[in-house]
Amino acid sequence: MSQANTAHRGWAAVLDWLRRDKRAAVSMAFLVLLVLVALLAPWISPHTPSDQDLVNTLAPPSAAHWLGTDDLGRDVFSRLLYGARVAIYSSFLAVGIAVLLGVPVGVLAGFLGGWFDEAVGRVIDTLLSFPAIVLAIAVTGALGIGLTNGMIAVGIVFAPQLARLARARTLVVRQELYVDAARCFGASTGHILWRHVLPNAIQPVLVQVTILLAGALLAEASLSFLGLGIQPPDPSWGAMLARAYQSMEIAPEQMYAPGIAILLTALAFNSVGESLRKELDPTNQRL
Amino acid sequence: MATLRESAVGLFGRRLAQALPVMLLATLLAFGLLKLVPGDIAVTLAGDNASDQRIAEIRQLYGLDKAFLTQYAEWLWKVVQGDLSRSLLTGEAVLVSIERCLPATLLIVVLAMVFSVLIGAPLGVLAASRQGSWIDSAVMSVGSLGVAIPNFWLAMLLIATLALERGWFPVTGSVALSQDPLRAIHHAVLPALALAAGGVAEISRQLRGALIELLSSQQVRTLHAKGLSPMAILWKHGLRNVGINLLTVITLLANRMLAATVVIEAVFAVPGMGSLIVNAALQRDFPVVQGVILVMVGIVLLLNLTADMLYGRIDPRVR
Repeated sequence: MSQANTAHRGWAAVLDWLRRDKRAAVSMAFLVLLVLVALLAPWISPHTPSDQDLVNTLAPPSAAHWLGTDDLGRDVFSRLLYGARVAIYSSFLAVGIAVLLGVPVGVLAGFLGGWFDEAVGRVIDTLLSFPAIVLAIAVTGALGIGLTNGMIAVGIVFAPQLARLARARTLVVRQELYVDAARCFGASTGHILWRHVLPNAIQPVLVQVTILLAGALLAEASLSFLGLGIQPPDPSWGAMLARAYQSMEIAPEQMYAPGIAILLTALAFNSVGESLRKELDPTNQRL
Repeated sequence: MATLRESAVGLFGRRLAQALPVMLLATLLAFGLLKLVPGDIAVTLAGDNASDQRIAEIRQLYGLDKAFLTQYAEWLWKVVQGDLSRSLLTGEAVLVSIERCLPATLLIVVLAMVFSVLIGAPLGVLAASRQGSWIDSAVMSVGSLGVAIPNFWLAMLLIATLALERGWFPVTGSVALSQDPLRAIHHAVLPALALAAGGVAEISRQLRGALIELLSSQQVRTLHAKGLSPMAILWKHGLRNVGINLLTVITLLANRMLAATVVIEAVFAVPGMGSLIVNAALQRDFPVVQGVILVMVGIVLLLNLTADMLYGRIDPRVR
């Protein structure tokens, strides 16, 4: 079968899945929209996010400022759009690191076994007992304040969850007949890992990845809220909430927009993950 | 019964021996963080306008002129003896700071756990007993929201509505449990509620799943056929199975809540472990950062150990 044909069938399966699960479809549409907003923010924002209008602070929504202005007179809607960039960048950075670290290590541990597996198991246990955000705070304290440092730390704490899944799945795949067959034909270990083990071990990882994206987003918001993530004047939803917190007594409505943005994005990631879990569950195979 | 008790002690020893390498690796990680500090570590940690004497002190504190493993071994030896050294900023012993801050954090986490079980468990049972109904889907939707909502945003909403608008609860601060238990709990209610959102979701989901699986099992069908009422089946046979599920979730939640409380404490200005580590990280007060990490990981490992022991009590097969 040609490559193009396989790719075509892949898309057909995705479309079929989204047609059957309305909630997943809505969530996916929202996430695609979010990525577009993140990419196009400089062109679609009505104002520059750092422009201050000090005579017009904490203003209610108006034609000029759709979501009003913050305590420095900056346009909340524009900051919200720019915040999508930080949200997408940091979630994918952290989870990307978790995948690059966790999956190869997990697959190798499951495939090789022995002392390597034993050692990896200990490291996984250790990292799993580290509260994610606490390690991120500590790493930021060491490396210096900055969003990228914190999100790398979050990625490292997330990695063992993926390593564990990849390892468990590899243990099953390793026993399969087609792996034995490939070995009989003289395939190298590298070839077997790349062509047979990895593609089959990736499914449970994929589900966890979407759920970790929500976790990474919440971690970014928390770090920025604490002042350990993004630095002013760059807008992030968590940093916007930190400012809203300062003016909570006089303008409680400042907290609604960024909070709802975080909630909806996390909800969308989780819904896609849950739906994928059902879709990929082998005991739930439609005939 | 002496043999039984001995075996429990033996089990505890075995689990403890398994936890030791993990604890050791955790200390290595906590110490290794120091190596991430850019430039000359002693100069960076001493901060701006530090005297040469101050820099020399820090160099000596971490033995920075020696080989890495020697530094680590000397630091670990002090930690094992209960010496977490002193804050670089205030000079206070780290252990003293932690002793002062830990109770406020523990009160919030424990109260959050109580709320999670008290709200989550009935919701889970309700959803499982009306599987497929609108009540079931309502409970599941609340669960999805509970997992996705940023805790600190929920905390702000709670402050805005229940504290600022209605004045039912104090806005910020905390009171020591030993000083005035009632006022301490009154102060901890809102932080605990904010923290409990994820817990309520997780417990109701897990309980619902476990109960649905249980109620559709062969064993339960047989008991039903024997004429036992559903409630009797649930109480006599269900709880043991569900108990293990619940224990796993609670252990996992404790770990997560311990992390999430860091941000919640910032919102409510609670002088707990979270405020301690955030302020220390902002000012590069490294001994404090390391101390808080060690204590938090220690608590998580201790909880895991306790859960392992309880598994054996609930279900002897686990031993």
